[in-house]
Amino acid sequence: MATADKTVRGGGFLLEEVTPDHVFTPEDLTDEHKMIAKTTEDFILDQVVPEIEKIEEHQFDISVRLLKEAGELGLLGADVPEEYGGIGLDKISSSLITEKFALAGSFSLSHGAHVGIGTLPIVYFGNEQQKETYLPGLATGEKIAAYALTEPSSGSDALSAKTTAKLNESGTHYVLNGEKQWITNAGFADVFIVYAKIDGEHFTAFIVEREYEGVSFGPEEKKMGIKGSSTRTVILEDALVPKENVLGEIGKGHVIAFNILNIGRYKLGVGCVGGSKYGIELAAKYANERKQFKIPIAKFTLIQKKLGEMAAKTYAAESSIYRTGGLIEDAFAALSDEEQQDGKAVGKAISDYAIECSLNKIFGSEVLDFVADEAVQIHGGYGFMSEYEVETMYRNSRINRIFEGTNEINRLLVPATIMRKAMKGDLPLLEQAGSLKEELMMMMPQEVEDEPLAQEKYLLENGKKIFMMVAGMAVEKHGEKLEKEQELLANIADIVSDIYSIESCVLRTEKAIAKDGLEKAKQKLLMTEVFSQEAFNRIEAIAKESLVAIEEGDSLRTMLSILKKLTRHTPVNVVAKTRMIAAKVIESEKYVL
Amino acid sequence: MNIFVILKRTFDTEEKIQIENSEIVDDGAEFIINPYDEYAIEEAIQLREEHGGEVTLITVGDEESEKQLRTGLAMGADKAVLIENEEIEDGDPFSTEALLGAYFQEKEIDIILGGNVAVDGGSGQVGPRLAEKLGINHVSSIVKIEIENGKATIERDVEGDQVTVEVSLPILVTAQQGLNEPRYPSLPGIMKAKKKPLEELDLDDLDLEEEDVEGKTKTVDRYLPPEKKAGKILEGDLDDQVKELVSLLKSEAKVI
Repeated sequence: MATADKTVRGGGFLLEEVTPDHVFTPEDLTDEHKMIAKTTEDFILDQVVPEIEKIEEHQFDISVRLLKEAGELGLLGADVPEEYGGIGLDKISSSLITEKFALAGSFSLSHGAHVGIGTLPIVYFGNEQQKETYLPGLATGEKIAAYALTEPSSGSDALSAKTTAKLNESGTHYVLNGEKQWITNAGFADVFIVYAKIDGEHFTAFIVEREYEGVSFGPEEKKMGIKGSSTRTVILEDALVPKENVLGEIGKGHVIAFNILNIGRYKLGVGCVGGSKYGIELAAKYANERKQFKIPIAKFTLIQKKLGEMAAKTYAAESSIYRTGGLIEDAFAALSDEEQQDGKAVGKAISDYAIECSLNKIFGSEVLDFVADEAVQIHGGYGFMSEYEVETMYRNSRINRIFEGTNEINRLLVPATIMRKAMKGDLPLLEQAGSLKEELMMMMPQEVEDEPLAQEKYLLENGKKIFMMVAGMAVEKHGEKLEKEQELLANIADIVSDIYSIESCVLRTEKAIAKDGLEKAKQKLLMTEVFSQEAFNRIEAIAKESLVAIEEGDSLRTMLSILKKLTRHTPVNVVAKTRMIAAKVIESEKYVL
Repeated sequence: MNIFVILKRTFDTEEKIQIENSEIVDDGAEFIINPYDEYAIEEAIQLREEHGGEVTLITVGDEESEKQLRTGLAMGADKAVLIENEEIEDGDPFSTEALLGAYFQEKEIDIILGGNVAVDGGSGQVGPRLAEKLGINHVSSIVKIEIENGKATIERDVEGDQVTVEVSLPILVTAQQGLNEPRYPSLPGIMKAKKKPLEELDLDDLDLEEEDVEGKTKTVDRYLPPEKKAGKILEGDLDDQVKELVSLLKSEAKVI
C-alpha cells in the first residue's frame, strides 16, 4: 500500500521517524476500493436497514437470508482465496466492507463474527482438506461460521479454558466436553471454531459442525445492546469431532487464538470508525432539525463543540486504523502465495503489528463510545427514547470496549509487547533510552516554525521523548516487577496510543496537503490541530501522574522540570478551531473531509 | 443482439446543491450513474442474458466519467466508450446528440437504452433527439420490455397509466422507474471491470469539428428555488378567516 520500499516494523513508530509515503491513508483508496465500499453501503442501506427492527427481535432467518445475499455479492469472500471460492482481495478492501457494515447496527456483528474470527482461522491455519471442505460454503454464505473461545470461568484468561478433548478408543474422534459462552452467531451458525485442551493439557483448536452428536445450545442471552446478534452458549457433551478436524497443530491453539484476536481487534477498530461516522451524521442532522429558543440547536456553540470534537476524534481513529490496515496489507503482500495461507507465516506477519492492533481496538472503541454518548446528548431527552436510532447506537457501542480482549487487557498488552520486542532486539528502545537521558538534561526548548503542521510535529517529537522518559523511568524503577504496576502500564499505553494517533493524523494531512493543496485539505488540517493539541495535553497530564508515582524527592523534581521543558509550547486555539470543524459538519450533515 | 446503453454521470441525489456565480459547486461532491440510466443498464444486461449478444456503454463527459462506466462494467456490461466533451463550449442536449449521432453512424444497432431523464439537467431530450437523428423508432418512459422476432412489446408509463405498444427493431427506449431493480456491482464484477475494454474518443476520432457540436442554447442564470417560508394558520371566526384568506391570495400570493 505504502509506496516506499522501507517497511515500518510493528511499534517502530515510537523510535523511527516515519514519513507520509510510509503510511496508507483513506485518500489512497483506488476506484475499485470505492466501488466496493459503495456496493456494501448500498446493500446495507437498501436491504439490511429496513429489516433491522425485525432482526433486533431475533428473527434470525432474516439474518441468515441477508448473509446469503451478502455472499452472492462477494461481501463474505474478500479474505478467502480465489481457489477456495472467495475473491482474495487486499486487506483494505475487506476493511472497507467492515466499516460499511457498521451501518447495519447489530447485524454487523453477525457479519463480523462470520467473516473474521469464524472464517479466518480456517483460511490461515486450515489444511488443504479443511479449506476445500469449508471455505467455499463460508465464502458464499451457504454456511455460517462462529468462534467459540470464551467460557464461564475463562474470559481474559483465555488459556485457562476448562473444555477438554480426548481421543476415543478407536482413535477416530475427539470427545469434547465443556461449555463455550456468549458465542456470536450460535443460533444459526453451521461451523464453530472451538478451543479445548486435549487430555486437559494441550490447548487446541477444532472445527466443530452444528450437527455433530453431543453439540447443543443454550437459550438466547438477554443483552444490553447488539440485541440483533445471536448470542448463546455452545454446550459440548461428549461431542464427537472427527480427528481430521483438529485445526492447526495440537497444543498450538494459542497461536491461532492470539493471531485471530489481533486481526479481530484491528477489524473491530475499523467497524468503530464506521459507527462513529454514522453517529456524527445522526447528531448533525438532528442538531439542524431541532429548534429551541426559536433557532436550530446547531447554532449553539456548545453543540458545535461536541460535533467538532466528534469529527476530530473520528478523523484520528480513521487515520490510525487505516494506517494499520496499510501496514498489515504490506506485510501480507510481502508473503508468497503459499505463505499467505500458512498459519505460521501469517501469524508472524500479523503479530508483528500486535501493538498497533491493540491500539486500534482501544482507541476505536473509545472514540465510538464518546461519539455515541455525545450524539445522545445532542438529542436531549429524545436520545433517551427507543424510537430514536441513537438510543440503540449508545447501547450497541458499549460492548466494543469489552470483547476481543477488554480495553484493560489491551492496554497491558501494549507496553508488554513493546518491552518484549525491545528485549528481543526488535526495537532499539533501550539504546535510545540511554542516549535520551543525557539529551534531556541539556535540552533547550525550541522555536516552532509557522508553517502548517510544524507545531504538531514538534508536539509529536516531544511526545515520543516523554514516552521514552516515562517508560525508561518505569523500567529502571520496577524492573521485572513492572508487570505488577498496572496503572503505570496503562498510562504508558495511553501515551503510546496518543502518539500513534497524532502521528497518523499528521502524516495523513501532510500527504493530503502535498497532493491536493492546503485549501482542499483545510478540514483535515483543522482536525489534526485540534486532535494533536488535546492528545498532547493528555500526554502531559498522564506523564506527570506517572512520574509522581515512580519517583520522589529531588529526582522527581528534576524529572518534572524536564517534563515542563518538553511540554512548553503555545497551544492552538482549540475552541475556535473546533467551531470551524463543526461548521462544515453541520453544513454537510455528516463526517466530511 | 447489439445492445447499447447511453448514460450520464450525475450528482448523487443525496448531495446538497450549492451555487456560486451561477455555477454549481461540485467540489467534494459524490457522483453516481444517473439513476434512470441505471435502470437502462440493468435492462440491457437482462436482455443480453436472455438473447445473447453484447452490451456497450457510452457516455459523453469528462475523464471522471470513467468511474461511472467502470461501475456499469462491474454490473455486467461488456465494454464501454467515453466520448470526451471537455473542449466543447456551452454543451447542451444538441451537443450530446451530435456526438452520439456521429458515434452510432456506422454501428449495427438492435436496441439503444437510456434513462428517461437525467436528474441534473433534466431535459429528457437526448434519447428522443438521438432516435430522430438515427432515424429509428423510439419509445420513452418504458416500464416493461419484451423482445421476440425482431419486435419489441413495451409497456410505457403515461402519467401513472400504462400503454402497451409494439415496435420493430432497431429501437431506442428510455427507462422509467419501475422497469427493474438494478443489481449491485458485485465484488467479482468490480475486479473484472478493471480488465474490460474502455475506449476513449474525441472530436477528431468522430470526424467532427467544434462548431458541429457547439450548444444551441445558452444558460443565462442558475439559482436555487426560494426557501420555503413557514406556513400561516388563520384564526378568528370562519367568515373573517375566509375574507383574510381571499385577500392574502390576492395581495400576497397573487394567484387570484
